[in-house]
Amino acid sequence: MNFSIYDFTSFNQWIDQFLRSVMSPFWAIAVEMVIIGLAILLFYALVGLFLVYAERKVCAFMQNRVGPNRVGPYGFFQTIADFIKLMLKELITIKNADQLLFNLAPFIIIIASFMAIAAIPFAKGLHAIDFDIGILYVIAVSSLGVVGILLAGWSSNSKYSLIGAMRSGAQIISYELSVGLSLLTIIILAGTMQFSAIVEGQANGWFIFKGHIPAFIAFVVFLISSTAETNRGPFDLAEAESELTAGFHTEYSGIKFAFFFLAEYMNMFIVASIAATVFLGGWMAFHVSGWNGFNHIMDFIPPFVWYIGKTFFVIWIMMWFKWTFPRLRIDQLLTLEWKYLLPINLVNILIMAFVVLMGWHF
Amino acid sequence: MNSIFTYFTEIFHAVKSLLTGMKVTGRYFFSPWEIVTQQYPENRKTLKMYDRFKGEVVMPHNGNNEHRCTGCGICETACPNGSIEVIQNKIEMPDGKKKRIIDKHIYHLSMCTFCGLCIKSCPSDALAWGQEFEHAVFDRAKLTKILNKPGSSILKDIAE
Amino acid sequence: MKEVINLPVKNIEEEEYHINMGPQHPSTHGVLRLVVSLQGEIVKSLKPHCGYIHRGIEKMCEKDTYPQIIHLTDRMDYLSAHINNHAVCLLVEKALEVDVPERVKYIRTIVDELNRIASHQLWWCSFGMDMGGLTCFFYGLRDREKILDIFEESFGSRLLHSYYTPGGLMMDIHPNFQKGVKDFIKYFRKKIKDYDDLLTGNIIMQLRTKGVGIISKEDAISYGVTGPSGRASGFACDVRKHHPYGVYDKADFKEILGTAGDTFERYMMRMYEMRESMKILEQLIDNIPAGDYAAKMKAVIKLPAGEYFQRVEAARGELGVYVVSDGNKTPYRMKFRSPNFSNLSALDHISRGVKIADLVAIGGSLDYVIPDIDR
Ligand code: SF4
Ligand code: SF4
Repeated sequence: MNFSIYDFTSFNQWIDQFLRSVMSPFWAIAVEMVIIGLAILLFYALVGLFLVYAERKVCAFMQNRVGPNRVGPYGFFQTIADFIKLMLKELITIKNADQLLFNLAPFIIIIASFMAIAAIPFAKGLHAIDFDIGILYVIAVSSLGVVGILLAGWSSNSKYSLIGAMRSGAQIISYELSVGLSLLTIIILAGTMQFSAIVEGQANGWFIFKGHIPAFIAFVVFLISSTAETNRGPFDLAEAESELTAGFHTEYSGIKFAFFFLAEYMNMFIVASIAATVFLGGWMAFHVSGWNGFNHIMDFIPPFVWYIGKTFFVIWIMMWFKWTFPRLRIDQLLTLEWKYLLPINLVNILIMAFVVLMGWHF
Repeated sequence: MNSIFTYFTEIFHAVKSLLTGMKVTGRYFFSPWEIVTQQYPENRKTLKMYDRFKGEVVMPHNGNNEHRCTGCGICETACPNGSIEVIQNKIEMPDGKKKRIIDKHIYHLSMCTFCGLCIKSCPSDALAWGQEFEHAVFDRAKLTKILNKPGSSILKDIAE
Repeated sequence: MKEVINLPVKNIEEEEYHINMGPQHPSTHGVLRLVVSLQGEIVKSLKPHCGYIHRGIEKMCEKDTYPQIIHLTDRMDYLSAHINNHAVCLLVEKALEVDVPERVKYIRTIVDELNRIASHQLWWCSFGMDMGGLTCFFYGLRDREKILDIFEESFGSRLLHSYYTPGGLMMDIHPNFQKGVKDFIKYFRKKIKDYDDLLTGNIIMQLRTKGVGIISKEDAISYGVTGPSGRASGFACDVRKHHPYGVYDKADFKEILGTAGDTFERYMMRMYEMRESMKILEQLIDNIPAGDYAAKMKAVIKLPAGEYFQRVEAARGELGVYVVSDGNKTPYRMKFRSPNFSNLSALDHISRGVKIADLVAIGGSLDYVIPDIDR
């Protein structure tokens, strides 16, 4: 195994020891937290900006267009220009809106996605915190976002926003179930909820290959339901711009709107990284047991690149969904979940449990 | 049993129809040569409008700064929305007869609907379509144009 | 503290609230205002308020001579500008009993059909967008651009052409016209498959449209719903077939009638119609006879005193032009029976009890163009 050059564990320990040697343990922890917070914040902003750009380019290519190409080479700085524009825009105060909740909602959404990022391992040893119940934590935290959406819709005092918020309430709460259950399928296979252990478990083959049919079904279900959970097309009923103008964020402007916008993309990034970590091996390189030469070549690619590559692949699939399908109607959305995804999921868990019991997985 | 069968065939057909759709967008994603966008300000050099393109109404002048307009004012009456104003002048000819010539042929581009009636109705073919289409200006007054160039005169054989 | 006003709460079941869809709303395709009365997400009733883009075209026509009216009818249903103009030209020719050359009839028919395809392509774009599939919009526009290029080459403009004039055409077609049309048919026969793959066959789209927004045949007739929307309900109302003008009697095409009358059927009607139009084009394009591009007309066209009516099949339904003339060079009164206005009138009837999302889809399938409703 050739991990050592890309292993961050010793690096982290070294920083920790250094800080502890110069200050008291309390301050050492505090400084570490600040460093991690800043690092994640930076990462968050960069990924958010890049994803907005990527989405535009991807949709442009799917639609026979060239997409943004004015600001910087290939329009690379377009989103930065847009961000500056959104910062400078007026924050419109809505009469009769509940000011406190109205201003709070964007932060709730963004904090929820911010918290979820903490548990995701980007490379060996490169994660803010490694819970033994990592998956449970991520599911729990990412479902906080719906509170923000509901508050945004309710406090704007606009009917369009309220309809959007109500839709997304119904939507996210039901799809949470499928997300959880499809991850449960893999937890059965992996035998752990800890992200680092899940990734280590895929050293000799990703779970989507190891668990073959049930894992694949779980992956598809996860993709569908996580697209729905992040309110992206074809499940973007909460925004549904042709019906509700902009749904729950109709009344927001300027930087508050930008928060919603950024949070949408970050949520997409988070679910994609969960998909990549749980199903596609996270930062683990692609290994075929027996082909040692091949495996060594694969190990030379840094784990972080593997992780980012897989995540963007999943994101690309989600974009592909969005730019192909028309939007569902609210009752069809719930039918899809309760009549199709949920039963399939439950049966799938049974099958997976059976497969694991019999040792039929690889 | 039958209902279970329909349940699964339904899913199968649904997934198939979704995949057909994804095939279309996926195919275009991987065929960038099908991109149809015209990169406008960059291709300005090579951009050629069709020769019938209706950009604006112009009055062609020849090399001697001569045009064909007699100042009859027919285009003014033909125009449905008053985009053309013809201001005439009377000059005394050497033989003592008074003759009507054009003083100013005023064309309000801002009001023109590009119907082409003025060009069609002009008895001496003095007007034509110009291919210029970049009409954006900062001052509305710039859209009012005088079509006969300063110092221009009427072509000899039309005048007779 | 704000004062709390206790409104008398009626029976909760009856609680309705209103939202204004429009005048600025992404799905009304312009400045139409729908006051929708909702219960939860269910539409209880709705009231269209039109007039936001009323320009008084009928009144303006009264001061214009007949050749000048053309530039106004262009701007009614701007997506089928040629067809609107055709109606006025036919009316004037009928009143004056002018025989237009065969060549003019052929060209007009071909251009009308091209215009119909272009209009349906744009409808497909915006319908896809109403359903939430944004990619449709670009595919439709991409193919429509090909037609607009043909138009631009021959008539100089892309949307508002003012190409027909009473008695004939403004100018002859461009020498490349025939080749352009043939190339377009070859191109579009391939690309229309994308439309089917992307939207027609899509399960989401089918579930959302089938059985939604049904107009029965009786309702279609009594509301005057014409065009593809009327034919989806089984109302045989194709003016091209039943009162042929141009050279439609020489072309072999089918009037396809639907049965269900729902949103999906209205969608399919237009998809069929694009294919039928291509068939008409294929039959006519090679047979344009030589000849003049305009009949000899008097310099000042005066219609004899009396009343005249002419109808044509515009892309959205039956367009009627009614003129009262007092023998002057301008009409005494001009009235348009615009297809969109009648189609819109059925919207309240068909959208009761559907969800907001369906209302948007129904609106898309009726394909209203607001400037034609308001005129
Ligand atoms: S442009 Fe033609 S119609 Fe107009 S005034 Fe001159 S000669 Fe007469
Ligand atoms: S093109 Fe039509 S509107 Fe424009 S100036 Fe000529 S007659 Fe008037």
